[in-house]
Amino acid sequence: MAVPAYYTRGETVIYYAVRVFVALVLLFLIAPILAVMPLSFNSESFFTYPMPGLSLKWYDDFFFNPRWSGSVKMSFLVAIATTILATALGTLAALGLARANFPAKATVMAILISPMIVPVIISAVGMFKFYASLDLVGTRLGIILAHTALATPFVVITVTATLASFDRTLMRAGASCGAAPHTVFFKVVMPLILPGMISGALFAFVTSFDEVVVVLFLASPEDRTLPLQMFSGIREMISPTITAAATVLVLISTAMLVALELLRRRSERLRGVAPG
Amino acid sequence: MAQALPNDGVMRAADGTPLKVALARAGRAERLKAVALVLPLFAFIIFSFVVPIFIMLYNSVYDPDVAENMPRTVLALKTWDGKDLPPEEVFAAFVADMKTAQQNKQTALIGKRLNYEMSGIRSKVVATGRKIGSIEAAPYRDQVIAIDKVWGQPETWATIKRSSSDYTPFYILSMLDLRQTPDGSIEAVPADRAIYRSILARTLGISLLVTLLTLVLGYPVAYLLATSPQRTASILMIFVLLPFWTSLLVRTTAWMVLMTDGGVFAGLLHFTGITWFLNLTGVLNGEPQLFKTRFATVVAMTHIQLPFTLLPIYSVMKTISPTYMRAAKSLGGTPFYSFLRVYMPQTLPGVAAGCLLTFILCLGYYITPAIVGGPTDQMISGFIERAINSENNWGKASALGVILLTATLILYYVYNKLVGIDRMKLG
Repeated sequence: MAVPAYYTRGETVIYYAVRVFVALVLLFLIAPILAVMPLSFNSESFFTYPMPGLSLKWYDDFFFNPRWSGSVKMSFLVAIATTILATALGTLAALGLARANFPAKATVMAILISPMIVPVIISAVGMFKFYASLDLVGTRLGIILAHTALATPFVVITVTATLASFDRTLMRAGASCGAAPHTVFFKVVMPLILPGMISGALFAFVTSFDEVVVVLFLASPEDRTLPLQMFSGIREMISPTITAAATVLVLISTAMLVALELLRRRSERLRGVAPG
Repeated sequence: MAQALPNDGVMRAADGTPLKVALARAGRAERLKAVALVLPLFAFIIFSFVVPIFIMLYNSVYDPDVAENMPRTVLALKTWDGKDLPPEEVFAAFVADMKTAQQNKQTALIGKRLNYEMSGIRSKVVATGRKIGSIEAAPYRDQVIAIDKVWGQPETWATIKRSSSDYTPFYILSMLDLRQTPDGSIEAVPADRAIYRSILARTLGISLLVTLLTLVLGYPVAYLLATSPQRTASILMIFVLLPFWTSLLVRTTAWMVLMTDGGVFAGLLHFTGITWFLNLTGVLNGEPQLFKTRFATVVAMTHIQLPFTLLPIYSVMKTISPTYMRAAKSLGGTPFYSFLRVYMPQTLPGVAAGCLLTFILCLGYYITPAIVGGPTDQMISGFIERAINSENNWGKASALGVILLTATLILYYVYNKLVGIDRMKLG
């Protein structure tokens, strides 16, 4: 990137100053995440460079110690159940909200989105007390219900956004060709809003998979999710296994990011916005 | 055969019903279908989320411990004028109540509730409960006072009277460092016991500082992202989106690892000579202590919130045509002046949206201060967690929750007016 020829000297200085500043900020954003990853291969249990030697023992601990591997299984179980529930409930609701003259739309929308707005500690404490009275504290069902409540707003928002550009006459066309309502939904509507549904589902998955505060209150000590295991690990005894766990989680979120980006490109291509 | 339609000028559907009626009927059916689609989620959210939160918030004013366990005393105190020691009937009722409470093992509960307003009384209530059985006949007053002098103070009885209702403003008031005097007016608590306002101020202060830092750091990045060629911008965007998609806990963990004593960050400060410089200027003495400090909290929170501030600004900047700046310059504006008067005002909606979002999210932070902050860096959420897990004080937790939620909802209302909540950018 060369400076345009007509720039004054002052402009040139600012041009480079801004770029250096931005480079430093981007470094600040990415460096902490990258700096932790190599430490997970450290052969000693301290957190600094230079590392005396390389070792995979923290990964061994992460994948084969039942405390960690159990928490990974638990996290996947809860997150997948949450994703299915949240995507189904959220998509239905978004379809209903998108229909013309829905009664009290703004209020209903505000209530449906409220789990995203209320600070999570308040949600956690409220659910803890209420779920305790239903004997749901310490159960997986309790955590799945709580996470579903926290995750549905993301599905509602993404699917609603997709429906905004959805041509509703297609549904009438389907119906006038003799398709039953569920056929219209599965053959016409769903293929078109699928990108929105999938990105909503990804958000729901990540919301559940990363959530700590609610599980801190609702999970039983024997049945922890991965984030809770990390959080407790940090508080009780710092083991370098958390750097291995962090590395694995970063890789998972990178995969999510790539999936979302591909979806975005696909929907843009379908709408003819972006070049090939 | 289709029946003949009356020729009265009314538009009719194929089956003969007036068009207006048919349309209303179709509209109603459509609306019912829409409601049926939303209902499952609506019911679910109400049941699993809204009701629990309302019950919790209700705890901040609902407090029946004294009313339930000292019903006779509460009744007898109704007629007491609050000036002198209560009359003999109150003491008689008190003895009867305490005997029942002792049998039901409720004296600790009464003591705990009264202790919130009169520190040190808990053990006295429990001790009195143990000795109350020895009082068998009137006169009760002197015998009760003989057990503990605290019952000879009108203030004690005023406290019982004040906490005798099922509902109390006590928790919310005390979270604002206010209290109710025996005559019912509201006053500030003595400065040596006022701790909660400083927690609120700290929460607001940290949130404001983090918001400002994310704005200062994020604005130039958003500008460069919005004005660079597509290919460069996509690559730069990865630097913003990867941290954005990495979980908050992982990023906090990363900062914890980097900031531990003798960790990477301290090494970096040493290597770059900053430690040496700070020692030279006398700011620092020896190696810096980073972990469990306000500095670490603010740095980690800024790192986590930066994309939230940056992305709304970026999306607004994307819509600003570069021709405006060219026009300003060709009209003779210096680059700085053109930027200040032409470009920047157009970015303000994005700045407001990003900063407001970050500020709101900062108010609710719990995990990050808990991990990288010290005891004096905990924010409201941390105190809510502690009120429940360490103190088992639901009234206090709920009252702090009311304050946090009120602040959040007011700010979201502003945000909604400004941006529209359903148009919130998700990645």
